[in-house]
Amino acid sequence: MRLINQIPARGARLSLAALPFLLLLLAYAFGSSQRLADNPDDKLLPSAGQMADAVGRMAFAEDPRSGDVLWWKDTGASLQRLALGLSISAVLGLVLGVAAGAVPLLGAPLTPVVTVVSMIPPLAVLPILFIVFGLGELAKVMLIIVGVAPCIARDIEGHARQIPREMLIKAQTLGANTWTVILRVVLPQLMPRLLISLRLLLGSAWLFLISAEAIASTDGLGYRIFLMRRYLAMDVILPYVAWITLLAWLMDLGLRRTSLLLFPWFDDGRRA
Amino acid sequence: MFSQSRLAASAAALLAIAAVVGCTKKDEAAAPEPVAAVAKPEFKVCWTIYAGWMPWEYGGTQGIVSKWADKYGIDIDVVQINDYVESINQYTAGAFDGCTMTNMDALTIPAAGGVDSTALVVGDFSNGNDGIVLKGSGKSLADLKGLPVNLVELSVSHYLLARGLETVGLAERDLQVVNTSDADIVAAFATPDVKAAVTWNPLLAEITAMSDTTQVFDSSQIPGEIIDLMVVNTATLAAHPELGKALTGAWYEIMSIMSADSDAGVAARTHMAQASGTDLAGYEAQLAATRMFYQPADALAFVTSAELPATMEKVAAFSFTHGLLGEGAADAGAVGMAYPGDITTGNAENIKLRYTDTFLKLAVDGAL
Repeated sequence: MRLINQIPARGARLSLAALPFLLLLLAYAFGSSQRLADNPDDKLLPSAGQMADAVGRMAFAEDPRSGDVLWWKDTGASLQRLALGLSISAVLGLVLGVAAGAVPLLGAPLTPVVTVVSMIPPLAVLPILFIVFGLGELAKVMLIIVGVAPCIARDIEGHARQIPREMLIKAQTLGANTWTVILRVVLPQLMPRLLISLRLLLGSAWLFLISAEAIASTDGLGYRIFLMRRYLAMDVILPYVAWITLLAWLMDLGLRRTSLLLFPWFDDGRRA
Repeated sequence: MFSQSRLAASAAALLAIAAVVGCTKKDEAAAPEPVAAVAKPEFKVCWTIYAGWMPWEYGGTQGIVSKWADKYGIDIDVVQINDYVESINQYTAGAFDGCTMTNMDALTIPAAGGVDSTALVVGDFSNGNDGIVLKGSGKSLADLKGLPVNLVELSVSHYLLARGLETVGLAERDLQVVNTSDADIVAAFATPDVKAAVTWNPLLAEITAMSDTTQVFDSSQIPGEIIDLMVVNTATLAAHPELGKALTGAWYEIMSIMSADSDAGVAARTHMAQASGTDLAGYEAQLAATRMFYQPADALAFVTSAELPATMEKVAAFSFTHGLLGEGAADAGAVGMAYPGDITTGNAENIKLRYTDTFLKLAVDGAL
């Protein structure tokens, strides 16, 4: 039987899925114990126990200097920035994308500028963003918006253009004006697309968030990682990275569930 | 049925293991090669851009380091790293046999990480190269109260701030420290949100050159406390003292060239200026704020002085209160330090940072 026709059974699939994770963990544990045997103070590959200690310290004990529980303070600060940045990006991207994709008269000026702006790497023009938006919370949220909103707009615009012309004409023959067509025909088809776009851009949003926090900050998950990096405290950094991964995965799951709940007719929501 | 695909998956995973283990293996370059006994031992040292470390760039590109390496039958590769903290992390992880760093970073990164390190070349101390700057004219250090202060947190800048605040009876909780990366601090200072910053040269020069600023404190007020070193792995140095001899010899040859008031001296300083992204005047201004030990006798006097252990105890106390000595640290003496003449501070059972006069004495005697 050819390889491409062999389909693993359910149990086999699950164990195959778990295998790479297990092996990675095993490889880590091996490397870590080897380095620690060499040098018990080694900070590069901390053991599971050392990381558990660090989590206990960061997440369940007050910081002696500030009295805050750092883990939750960082998480709250970062999630707030991320939520603000992503929701503003979503609204902005949707409005721009629908306007550019559904109304040719608006598309003519919008499409080129959005395309060009989306090509500017925000991190390369950081000093300009500092001067314009300052160094406070606004700048961190703006970095996410500048990085994410143009990409959402382009994606929405492309999908708006793919709506069959016949559908728009049919709506018009039934008496719809431009506003009604956008509201009743275009928007419902694009909303699930917006959620997919957001899911795909979650990674970028985290990247921009962490970069923003690395630049000038007093709290946040990215701030903590960059601060700890200064003295190689991998026992804190690795759990933080795992935590960020978990948060990102939960956000992805949440968006997928939202899509299923609100737009059950949209096949991609189920399949993805 | 699916055993084939399971086999393929296992093979891929084994490759992954091999890759990870390969990465985590310690650099074996330091160990003597039993098979290729004829091959020269190879060593790698790293440096980053800073006024006091530019001589390593000069010695590397002008062949001075390799000349001395040849003399002792070894190979030394001098590598520039762009990111300062990353260079220390690389050294700590075992990728380099030596690296340039400050005394505080040597204590908190490799030494606190269990890598027994020796300060082989004590090149200089900052004598104005690190400073605290406020916006507005006629300001004083006490004006920092209640302000946000942008700096690289947990760096020598942070230490300088803490030492400065002590002199005016303020504490860190009287102001707000904002962690700002060294790459961004000049641009950040130009924004209205930033009221004060602590940084080092050449960034400090960029900031003080802006209009309406006051430098309220600098490292010349705590002379000898921010020390710039070439730190070498102690075990490597013990196995290969010729590495210490070659690096020390090369360093003082470079020192004599660059400190000379001759055309060759100007040429060397111009070369270093260009390599650090400034011009001769800019570099000489930085050197003026750096107390270089051009003569091995000066460095010898410094490492054997009674002030050095006292300074390192201050640095250890700062590092401990900021959590830099690791969570296993019970007190500021958790990481022991040794100085010439069998003097130690901190836990004598756990000596991880050593100042040595062995190679300096050879240099003073001209025996290298």
